[in-house]
Amino acid sequence: MSAAAPVEVEPEIVPDESTKLAKPWVTIVWNDPVNLMSYVTYVFQKYFGYDKKKAEKLMLEVHEDGKSVVSSGTREEMERDVQAMHEYGLWATMDKQT
Amino acid sequence: MSAFQRHRRSKKVIATFTGFEADLLRSLAAQLVELLRNEAAVPRDDTDPFEAMMDFSGPETEPDDPVLARLFPTAYPGDAEASAEFRRFTEGTLRDGKAGAAVAIIDGLEEAGLPSELNEEGLMIDVELSEAEAETWMRSFTDLRLALATRLGVEEGDEAVWAALPDDDPRAQAHDIYDWVGYLQETLVHALSS
Repeated sequence: MSAAAPVEVEPEIVPDESTKLAKPWVTIVWNDPVNLMSYVTYVFQKYFGYDKKKAEKLMLEVHEDGKSVVSSGTREEMERDVQAMHEYGLWATMDKQT
Repeated sequence: MSAFQRHRRSKKVIATFTGFEADLLRSLAAQLVELLRNEAAVPRDDTDPFEAMMDFSGPETEPDDPVLARLFPTAYPGDAEASAEFRRFTEGTLRDGKAGAAVAIIDGLEEAGLPSELNEEGLMIDVELSEAEAETWMRSFTDLRLALATRLGVEEGDEAVWAALPDDDPRAQAHDIYDWVGYLQETLVHALSS
């Protein structure tokens, strides 16, 4: 395996900030008129490993409130989750935890 | 109407299509593949030919086609730079995955006996899928439904509008196909959950 020469970057993280926000990012799934409720529930169970009850609760939030926060974590983790949701055809975005 | 079921003993996910249904499904999948592969993933208008050849990175802007824009949503609303970077690293992979899934449907139907030109009447196509194959089909049904819905302009709670269209309206026919793929997907989700 080969890799590009590493670029030295001085970390500029203020310790307080990084420890305070252990899960600073969230993945949001938005309602759309196309995806089936059964399918969305299936995806939440399959991809996130949530039990049926939690998956259905999140699905209903998407359906009734227009969106739901389905996972939280580091920025890299949430980018993986958003990409996976796009793979499944769900309309997902990411945002900073509020 | 055909539906997916879980075979009790083999655990395979099975469905029987008429030749017409299988041919229709293949044609939808083929159109999706064409759309995913044809519209340039990177706009090349203002790049010189050498630069274009040397550029292996992915696209940074939302696709022009509304179907593609729905299949590859902007990840960071309100942050164009982060969205561009996300798109550059993910859209190519996502496109390949979605095209590959649609090709799996086409191959699956043809392996099950669908000829390249359908001219035999009364042909029935028995499809038998492993769990992983069934998942791939299920994901691709989503893409097909999103594509049809985007072209049709489907909105939340608009069933009555479609039902009121006369039967010979092409939009009514397209919406019937959209409903049919939805029915197939619903039975497929159910088969995979059982």
